[in-house]
Amino acid sequence: MSIVLAFVVPVIAVAFWWLIRQGVMSKPWLETGLPEAVPVRSAEHVGLGIFLAVVGCLFALFGSAFVMRMDVGTWSSLRLPPIVWANTAQLVLASLFLHLAFVSAKRGDRAGPRRDMTIAALATVGFLLGQLLAWRELTMEGGGLTTSPAASFFYLLSGLHALHILGGLAALGLVMSRGGADGGRLRLGIGLCVAYWDFLLVVWLGLLVLFLGWANRFVEICRGVLT
Amino acid sequence: MVEVTDRPDTQVPPAEVPDVHPPHAHSWLSRWVFSQDAKYIAIQYSGTAIAIGLVALVLSWLMRLQLGFPDLVSFSPEAYYQFITMHGMIMVVYLLTAIFLGGFGNYLIPLMVGARDMVFPFVNMLSYWIYLLAVLVLVASFFVPGGPTGAGWTLYPPQAILSGTPGGRDAGIILMLLSLILFIIGFTMGGLNYAVTVLQGRTRGMTLMRMPLTIWGIFTATVMALLAFPALFVACVMLLFDRLLGTSFFMPTLVEMGQRLEYGGGSPIVFQHLFWFFGHPEVYIVALPAFGIVSDLISVHARKNIFGYRMMVWAIIGIGALSFVVWAHHMYVSGMHPYFGFFFATTTLIIAVPTAIKVYNWILTLWRGDIHLTLPMLFSIAFIVTFVNGGLTGLFLGNVVVDVPLSDTMFVVAHFHMVMGLAPLMVIFGAIYHWYPKITGRMLNHRMGLIHFWVTFVGAYAIFFPMHYIGLAGVPRRYSELGDTPYLTASVAGLNAFITIAALVVGAVQIMFLFNLLWSARHGQRAGGNPWRAASLEWQTPDTPPRHGNWSDELPVVYRWAYDYSVPGAPEDFIAQNDPWPARPVQP
Repeated sequence: MSIVLAFVVPVIAVAFWWLIRQGVMSKPWLETGLPEAVPVRSAEHVGLGIFLAVVGCLFALFGSAFVMRMDVGTWSSLRLPPIVWANTAQLVLASLFLHLAFVSAKRGDRAGPRRDMTIAALATVGFLLGQLLAWRELTMEGGGLTTSPAASFFYLLSGLHALHILGGLAALGLVMSRGGADGGRLRLGIGLCVAYWDFLLVVWLGLLVLFLGWANRFVEICRGVLT
Repeated sequence: MVEVTDRPDTQVPPAEVPDVHPPHAHSWLSRWVFSQDAKYIAIQYSGTAIAIGLVALVLSWLMRLQLGFPDLVSFSPEAYYQFITMHGMIMVVYLLTAIFLGGFGNYLIPLMVGARDMVFPFVNMLSYWIYLLAVLVLVASFFVPGGPTGAGWTLYPPQAILSGTPGGRDAGIILMLLSLILFIIGFTMGGLNYAVTVLQGRTRGMTLMRMPLTIWGIFTATVMALLAFPALFVACVMLLFDRLLGTSFFMPTLVEMGQRLEYGGGSPIVFQHLFWFFGHPEVYIVALPAFGIVSDLISVHARKNIFGYRMMVWAIIGIGALSFVVWAHHMYVSGMHPYFGFFFATTTLIIAVPTAIKVYNWILTLWRGDIHLTLPMLFSIAFIVTFVNGGLTGLFLGNVVVDVPLSDTMFVVAHFHMVMGLAPLMVIFGAIYHWYPKITGRMLNHRMGLIHFWVTFVGAYAIFFPMHYIGLAGVPRRYSELGDTPYLTASVAGLNAFITIAALVVGAVQIMFLFNLLWSARHGQRAGGNPWRAASLEWQTPDTPPRHGNWSDELPVVYRWAYDYSVPGAPEDFIAQNDPWPARPVQP
C-alpha cells in the first residue's frame, strides 16, 4: 500500500496547507463583521482538481495492488508490444497540441484553437486505436488476459485508462462544438482539457513504469536503504 | 489568516462569486422526478435510503429470530449468511452513507453556506439516479437464482466467488459487485458537488471558520469518501474480473471437491488491504457528519455556543487524516509482521485523542447550558452516551493481544453496532426531528417522538449490552445456530432470546417513526420559519420550506459564526448569522 500512501499523504498535506491559508487558525467567536474577500478560482477548475485527485487515487490503488501482487505467488513481468511506444508518443503529441490550442485561444485567435484541438483529438484517437493493436499483438503472442498476472493487470489498467481518455474525448468534443461563440468559455474549456490530458499522460507514464518492471527495481532500492 | 473588519452593513463589498440562479423546471417531469434542486434530490436520496434500510431491518429481524428461537424458526445456514451480508452492506453503504451525504449533505450544504443550489445541479441529479440504479441492482439480487451473495459484507475472496458460498457461482455476487461499482460512480458525482459547493459556493462573509460544524463534518467526510471509495472500486473491479473472466488477482491455487480450479497465484490479502483502506475511513465517513450535526443540535438546544469550535474543526480534520493510516487493525488475525501490528495499534489508539476532545467539548457545551430536553437534544445525549460506550470497546479491540481472542465473537458485533450503527442512527433521528420543520413547515408529533426515543434508546441498550457479554462468553459471530456447544452456559440461550425480543420491539417502533414522518407532513403543528430559534443560515430563509433557489433576490450576507446564543446584551437569546447588528466589539 506504499504507492497509495505516497499519493494520499501529499494530497492531505496540500489540503492542510490550503486549510491553514483559509484561516483555520482564526477565532470566529471574536470576529464579527465582514471579512476581506479571498480571491477564488472558478468552480470548474476546483471540481476538475478534485476529480483528478480521485482518479489519481484510483490508479495509485491499482499500482499498490500491482506491487503487492508482484511479491506473492508466481510473477513474470510482461514483454510489452513495441507499439506502446508509438502510442505514448501520440499521447504526448495530443497533450502538446492542446497546450498550443490553449496558447492561441489566450491570444484571442479563432481558427488556431480549432485546428490544434482537432489534431489533439486525432492523436488521441490514434492512441486508443494503437492500444487496441497492442492488445491484439499481446494476445497473438500468447499473452491473453488469464495467462499471467502481469498480463491481467495490463489489460485491466490500460483498458481503464482508455475509458478515462474516452471520457476526456467526449468533453473535448463538447468544447469544440460549442466553443466558438464565447472566448472566455472556450479558454476555460481548453484549459480544463489541458489539465486532464496532462494528468492522464502522467498516469500512463506511471503505468508504463510499472509494466516495464522499473518499479520493482525502485522498490528494491528503497528496501535496501530502509533495511 | 482572514482579516475581519468591523463595519456596518452599508459597505457590503460586491460578491466574489457571481450569483447564478439555478435552472428552472419547465415540465412536471423535470420538477417532480428529474429535479435538479438539491433539496428535492436530498428527499429522493433519503426516501430511497430509508426504503432499502427497511429491507435491512427486516433481515435483522429474521437473523435475530433464528438466533433467539432456533427451535421455532429455522433458516438454512446459507440463508442466514445472505441475511448477514445484505443487512451489513445495506446498512453501511446504502443507508448510512447515502443518507448522511446524499440526504443531509444535499439538503443542508447549499442552505447552510448561503448558496442557491449545488454548483453542478445536473451532475447532482445524475448522482441520485445512479444511486437508485445501484439500489435496484442490489434488490434484483434477491430475485435471481441462488439469491443474493452470502459472502459477508467484506466479500473476502476466495470464498466470495466459490461455489460453497451462496451466490458465489450464481449471479448474486456479480450483482453485488456491479451495484457497488454503480454506487461509487454515483457517489463520486455527488461528492464532487458537495466538496466544490463548500469550497466555491459560500456566500459573502461565510469564511470556512464560520461554517456550522455540520458542514465541516459533511465536507470532511465527503473528501475522505472521495479518496477511500476508489479502494472499494478497485477491489470490486478486480474481484469481478476474477469471477467473470477467470483472472487470478485475488485467487490462490485452489482445489474444490477434489478438482483443481483454474485459478492460481493470487493473493486474498491484497483484497483485504484494498477493502479496509476503504472500510476503515468508511466508519468515519459515517461518523464525521454525525459528529458535526450533533454539535449543532447540542448548541441550539442548550442555547449555548459550541465549546471549543476551533478544536472541534481541527479534531474533525485530524480524525479524517488519521483514519487513512489505521486500516490494517481489521487484519490482525490475517497475520502480519509484529511491527506492523504495533504501528497500526498505535495509530488506532491515537484516534482516541481527537475523538475524546470532541466528547469533552460536547459535554462542556452542555455544562451550565440552558438545556431544553427537546427530541433532538434527547437523541444527542443518547448519541454521546452510545458513542462513548462503543468507543471504549474500540480501545479494547484496537490492541492486537486483546483483539485476537475477541475477533470473530459477538463482542465485535456489539462494538461496531454501538459505535457505527446506533450512534450515527441516534444523530440521524435527532437531525430529522430538528430539520423536519424546515423541510415540511410542520413539527413532528411530539408524543410519538417521545415513545420513539425511549423505546429506541432503552431497547438498543437491551439489544447490544448483553451482546458484549455473550461475546465474552465465547459465542462466535456468523454462526446461525450454536447447537450443542458444551463450553457455553445456559444463560447464553436466554440472553439470545431476550435480545431478539428487544430487537423486534425496537424495529417495530421505527415503523411508528416512519408513520409519524408521513402523518405530520399533513397534520403536524405549523412550525414557522425558525421554531428552534437557531442562528445558522438555513433557518433564515424567506420561505419555509425554502423555495427553488433558496433565497430572495439577494443572497444573504454573513456577519458572524453560527453559534451566537445567549449573548449578553443582545435583544434575543440568539443572533442570526446574517444579522449585522448589534456587532460585538472585537477583542484583541
